[in-house]
Amino acid sequence: MDENARLYEQIYTIRHFETLLLEQFPTGIFAGTTHTSLGQEANAVGVLAHLQPQDVVVSNHRCHGHFLACGGDPQALYAELMGKPSGVCGGVGGSQHLHWQNFYSSGVQGGTVAMAAGMALAEQRAGSGAVVVDFLGDGTLGEGIVYECLNMASLWSLPVLFVLEHNHIAQTTPSRLALAGEVPARFEAFGIPAARLDTSDILEIHPLAGQLIARVRSEGAPQALIIETARLGTHSKGDDVRSAEELDALWRDRDPIAIHGARLPESQRHSLDRAVEERIQGAFQAALSAPSHEERKP
Amino acid sequence: MTRLQPTTVLESLNAGLHQALADNPQVILLGEDLLDPYGGSFKVTRGLSSRFPERVLTTPISEAGITGMAGGMALRGLRPVVEIMFGDFSTLILDQVVNHLTKFSTMYHQHVPVPALIRTPMGGRRGYGPTHSQSLEKLFLGVPGLTVLAPFHHRGPDPALGGPGQLLYQAVTQAEGPVFFVEHKLQYLLKLFDPADLGEYTLTDHGEAAGFPFYRLALQSAPAPRLTLAAYGFMAHLAMEAMLALAYEHEIFCDLLVPTCLAPFHLAPLFEAVAGTGRLLTLEEGSLSLGWGAEVLARTAQALGPKLRQAGRLAGAESVIPAAPALEAACLPDTADIVAKAREMIEHHA
Repeated sequence: MDENARLYEQIYTIRHFETLLLEQFPTGIFAGTTHTSLGQEANAVGVLAHLQPQDVVVSNHRCHGHFLACGGDPQALYAELMGKPSGVCGGVGGSQHLHWQNFYSSGVQGGTVAMAAGMALAEQRAGSGAVVVDFLGDGTLGEGIVYECLNMASLWSLPVLFVLEHNHIAQTTPSRLALAGEVPARFEAFGIPAARLDTSDILEIHPLAGQLIARVRSEGAPQALIIETARLGTHSKGDDVRSAEELDALWRDRDPIAIHGARLPESQRHSLDRAVEERIQGAFQAALSAPSHEERKP
Repeated sequence: MTRLQPTTVLESLNAGLHQALADNPQVILLGEDLLDPYGGSFKVTRGLSSRFPERVLTTPISEAGITGMAGGMALRGLRPVVEIMFGDFSTLILDQVVNHLTKFSTMYHQHVPVPALIRTPMGGRRGYGPTHSQSLEKLFLGVPGLTVLAPFHHRGPDPALGGPGQLLYQAVTQAEGPVFFVEHKLQYLLKLFDPADLGEYTLTDHGEAAGFPFYRLALQSAPAPRLTLAAYGFMAHLAMEAMLALAYEHEIFCDLLVPTCLAPFHLAPLFEAVAGTGRLLTLEEGSLSLGWGAEVLARTAQALGPKLRQAGRLAGAESVIPAAPALEAACLPDTADIVAKAREMIEHHA
């Protein structure tokens, strides 16, 4: 399979995972809530395609795409969302608290930036050569601890790539109501170079992310990648207040699956789609038939 | 490197940190103004940056950031020790402790060690005023997954470290999960005591169950105690003074139970003592409502039922702690207050 097809397969894996999840949510088989990566698949795959085995990933509440792009098992993730013992974290963490190998996510805004900076310090001291990739959203920029940690990450030359997925909306609040000034300046103020992309095209994200990760690794100092992106789904399950026109336009212009899928021959894309759908459906069914926790008081 | 044996709590804690850094290369210290020649606001970290320059990081004034980073470091194999300069500032780290450090060790549902220790001086009696004098440890008691420790100024079995330093050393080098280590500003200058030196107290360590020392003090050659005092940290020192005053001036004999592990609550030695006296008086410097004493008393009542005949709590006032020494003193329980409260319990309700 060539590079284009491989990237497509990965972004479509995330897409289909999330689509099936939202389709099945109303049936009541999933516990709690969820935040899907719809529209942001190319960020996850484009950045994480460059990971080396020692690298560490820190993600946030919207972490399914990052987890899958790291090679996480869709069946274990479905089982986690169903609250089952076979889930990534035995059903304890749920949608936004995952830990598998060198992948960690957590659900409170801002704290994950501190987590990433601390991990980078540990890796630096261990001489592991690892890069820590930290995904955050534009909403996270409201938290003060972010700036404490950007300062220390720069001050101590910590090997972190901060990937800001700027989808211009935090839950229901558009970023124009929440962010003053220029977003890159928030990194540059601490001496962290901030590269910026305005795209949902994985072929733009992938090469730049590769360069930045290589630079973090060679220079042993933080970099930021700001990806202006589009959240095509709701914040969680049914809480989107954007107009149908706005969403239609985003789906028309900013769908990473459509953008990159158009590059593949129709027949190849079709067969990749079927293979992914079959695999995800199989993962879903396997998670569904796995045993549940028994209810018991501690 | 030959070091003098510590004689005070401050020297003991300092020795514990020296030993932890010397013995375990994963230990790393972070905090504000830690570097020599200053060596930290209260000098607990004195000499460490000179001896271990690569492993003592002076930080910006970013309590939340360094605590959150300590969580990340601990997840990736280090044993960070964070100093929060004043206990009052520990409100700034609550989210990191409650939603991050303690969650990492439990929510990922696998064995995820998070050996991060946060130490901070609480307490007043120095005239520092409302935001530099509080005892806020009750905010951290009862946080699932968090161990809260408070040293006692006992010489302990290892004279090179002293009791407080031994406790800190043990927590820094052996803890699997996050630890909040509560010191007290006036405790720093207390001399480490050894019952053998003074001849006034007998001291027994009942800490086997909790994994950390749990001391019972009684007066030598005294009649059976009629009241059990429970205290930790600096209040334990005041309680020891009060025990003597109560015995010599009022013929009221007490025993004193001093846990060094405040949370999780392991109170079996206390239950045993109160089963004997039937009376419990809890002492704490923090404000009364929903404090340490409230939980201790509730658990004792649950465990002992009618064997607990009388209960009292003495705590800090529910107010700001004023800077003016006279006003401050009125807010915080002292030895005379303990004596008065104990007398009230014994003499008026006997």
